[in-house]
Amino acid sequence: MSVEIKAVEIKPLRNTFTNVAELIGGDKPASRYQEATLGVQATTNMHYRPTWEPEFELFDPRRSAIQMREWYDLKDPRQLYYASWTIQRAKEQETQEANFDFVESRCLHLSLPDHVKKLALDVLLPLRHAAWGANMNNNEFCSRAFSEVLISPAIMQAMDNLGIAQYLTRLGLLLDEPEVLDIAKAQWMTGEAWQPLRHMIEDSFVVRDFMEIFLVQNFVFDGLIYPLIYDRFVDDTLTSQGGSAVAMLTSFMPMWFGQSSKWVDGVLKVAVAESEQNKALISQWTTTWRDRAVAALTPIAAMAFGNNQETMLNEVVEQFNARAKKLGIVA
Amino acid sequence: MDMKVAKKKLGIKERYGHMTRGLGWEPTYQPADAVFPYDKYEGIKIHDWDKWVDPFRLTMDAYWKYQGEKDRKLYAVIEAFAQNNGHLNITDARYLSAIKLFWQGVSPLENYVVQGFARAGRHFRGEASRVACQMQAVDELRHYQTQAHSISNYNKYYNGFHSQRHMWDRVWYLSVPKSFGEDALTAGPFEFLIAISFSFEYVLTNLLFVPFMSGAAYNGDMSTVTFGFSAQSDESRHMTLGIEAIKFLLEQDPANVPIVQGWIDKWFWRGSKVLALVGMMMDYMLPKRVMSWKEAWEIYAEENGGALFRDLARYGIRPPKGWADACEAKDHISHQVWLLFYEYGGAAAFHTWSLTNEELDWLSAKYPDSFDKYYRPRLEFLRDKHARGERVYQSTLPTLCTTCQIPLCFTEPGDPTKISHRETVYEDEKYVFCSVHCQEIFCNEPEKFVQSWLPVNQIYQGNCFNPDVDPTAPDFDPLKAVLEYFKYNLGRDNGEFEGSEDQRNFAMWRGQASKN
Repeated sequence: MSVEIKAVEIKPLRNTFTNVAELIGGDKPASRYQEATLGVQATTNMHYRPTWEPEFELFDPRRSAIQMREWYDLKDPRQLYYASWTIQRAKEQETQEANFDFVESRCLHLSLPDHVKKLALDVLLPLRHAAWGANMNNNEFCSRAFSEVLISPAIMQAMDNLGIAQYLTRLGLLLDEPEVLDIAKAQWMTGEAWQPLRHMIEDSFVVRDFMEIFLVQNFVFDGLIYPLIYDRFVDDTLTSQGGSAVAMLTSFMPMWFGQSSKWVDGVLKVAVAESEQNKALISQWTTTWRDRAVAALTPIAAMAFGNNQETMLNEVVEQFNARAKKLGIVA
Repeated sequence: MDMKVAKKKLGIKERYGHMTRGLGWEPTYQPADAVFPYDKYEGIKIHDWDKWVDPFRLTMDAYWKYQGEKDRKLYAVIEAFAQNNGHLNITDARYLSAIKLFWQGVSPLENYVVQGFARAGRHFRGEASRVACQMQAVDELRHYQTQAHSISNYNKYYNGFHSQRHMWDRVWYLSVPKSFGEDALTAGPFEFLIAISFSFEYVLTNLLFVPFMSGAAYNGDMSTVTFGFSAQSDESRHMTLGIEAIKFLLEQDPANVPIVQGWIDKWFWRGSKVLALVGMMMDYMLPKRVMSWKEAWEIYAEENGGALFRDLARYGIRPPKGWADACEAKDHISHQVWLLFYEYGGAAAFHTWSLTNEELDWLSAKYPDSFDKYYRPRLEFLRDKHARGERVYQSTLPTLCTTCQIPLCFTEPGDPTKISHRETVYEDEKYVFCSVHCQEIFCNEPEKFVQSWLPVNQIYQGNCFNPDVDPTAPDFDPLKAVLEYFKYNLGRDNGEFEGSEDQRNFAMWRGQASKN
């Protein structure tokens, strides 16, 4: 049995906006994602050159060496638009908040073995600055990108990066006194183990090609740091030594990385398949930045895994290479 | 085990500091000027970014919680609106012109500033200011997208909404807000902040956002008004950013004061010209009127703005140069702009119409000093002609102001019978302006404003035809070709409301939904 409520039915004149229809093969019902993003950015008859970069038009695909016949092919497989993003993050935040409450109410943070706590703080807290660096890069990517299909997820990604930096800050404030944040920052600025990573991240701040920024930050840096730190260090190393409270306090991060990887893979796969030229360039960027990142992460892996560092890092690199290969990248 | 219990409790300010300012660092492997290349060339001097006062203290966890909650409610309404033919509850199909104007001319600006705030959110050296800008960037994304989703339903049933994106880049009257937005986006990050956060969000938002949203509430537009309520708390955050930003710049260095003053002069005037479109909407397009444009101007500009500039006087800031002229224009601009659109109604992607006697009386009462004397006779004359079957449509192209890009239709301060007109010769070329203030804006940055893409000039140069048309063909109709370039559905999107498809469909569907 089905119950059918009758409503007055009016036949619509059209299904969607023409900028959307042109990109989905004609006038048909369009999703919220499609109406929020497809064909949205202005493309022509711009008035003034940017005073901050007069060599380009205000909206200009030439800000990347990657070339696309249709930039709107670089869609987000997650189909996120603002409302779906913020509602989803609100749910995830609720879980993360419950984890913070759980750890705090049962004093799990106080019962962490000292050496585990120290190791967790040593490795995780300087990474709040790396997350802030990611936020900078994704804002830069957002502000320079061509086509709304990149701009819209870019700013959401940047805000996610900020959220992660703030979760790590909260972790520090829960596990110890606020001074640990200063200690971690001092490590970030001068500690020997952190310098190659900071150097690399600062170098990424002067990259101006928006697709390179996207790739360097969201594919290479995240693609090596998240599996190394959250899968292997937090979930394996710390947990096996009685540090599962730390895994609860960072549960957002590996979950988020899984989601954002879908977006990154979706974009890169299409960009690579577009042309041999794109493929060569993306492969070259990947190789250069991956090799640099692996070197930068080596001293951090040594801190995190001791004797096990090589195995852990190699596993992560292999995983990354396999992912790159699946996307058609030769690196 | 070390069971420390007495942990230091952090104050909100300190805690928020760790969540924002504490995250950044001074680069050493790259020169700071290479990492932040854009925050010096405008001449603004910042000595201590730590003096920035956080306009609101919102961390991402709280942001997601509030915004997620708001969007769950908003989308439930959008959904219900679509399911129950909420569009049939509006007062009258003429109201649709107001939403068309909003969708065509305002929503794209929301989207524009996403990139602008992301750039500011990346390129200021102070972390706290960056976080505030980023939150506005993602809020503006919200505003554009929720507007697209609420208006999507109107687009299914009514004309004029379908090609908003295409029109934005091409249509003559949309070059007014487009050039405004692009002027701000192509400026340096500090001018952008003064243009959008201060001059627009703080000084003028109540004259843009509030009239449209109140108009929606008064006219039964559940979808738009729910968006309006939902965006209110975002807007208050944006206003706070505007006021904190200007105070910060003024306090940092006395040399900043004249630069900021110049931007206030420029952006107040530019903003007031864009708002002429809102004035027309309030006085003419709302079947159920909220208040007159003049009343809105008096409350939001003269009273609130007056108080604001008295407050800023201690920094050495005076009211914007165009203030007195803009105040005088409150008696005129809505009428002048409506008459312009009425006469160029064939070239606008919304409908215009003749007012009823009752509506004319309302305007007479609201504008005792100007309406009966200057505008009512013209409106009645046009209405009579229309009644005789001679609906007036202008087909000659108007002259546009090089700066604000509005056709020359405003009158000289002190003489409402004389069209205001100024000229400047720059590098052997003549440039035309609607006012002394637009002329001055040009003269301060001629190298920028000579680039203006002026639709009328572009039409004359043959740049506004589709690539497949042949202007040498014997039956070539240039006006029709231009409207096709705009992607108008001729006779459905444009022209007179009386007898339009929107009018017919609305009446028919409302009949279906309310009668047996």
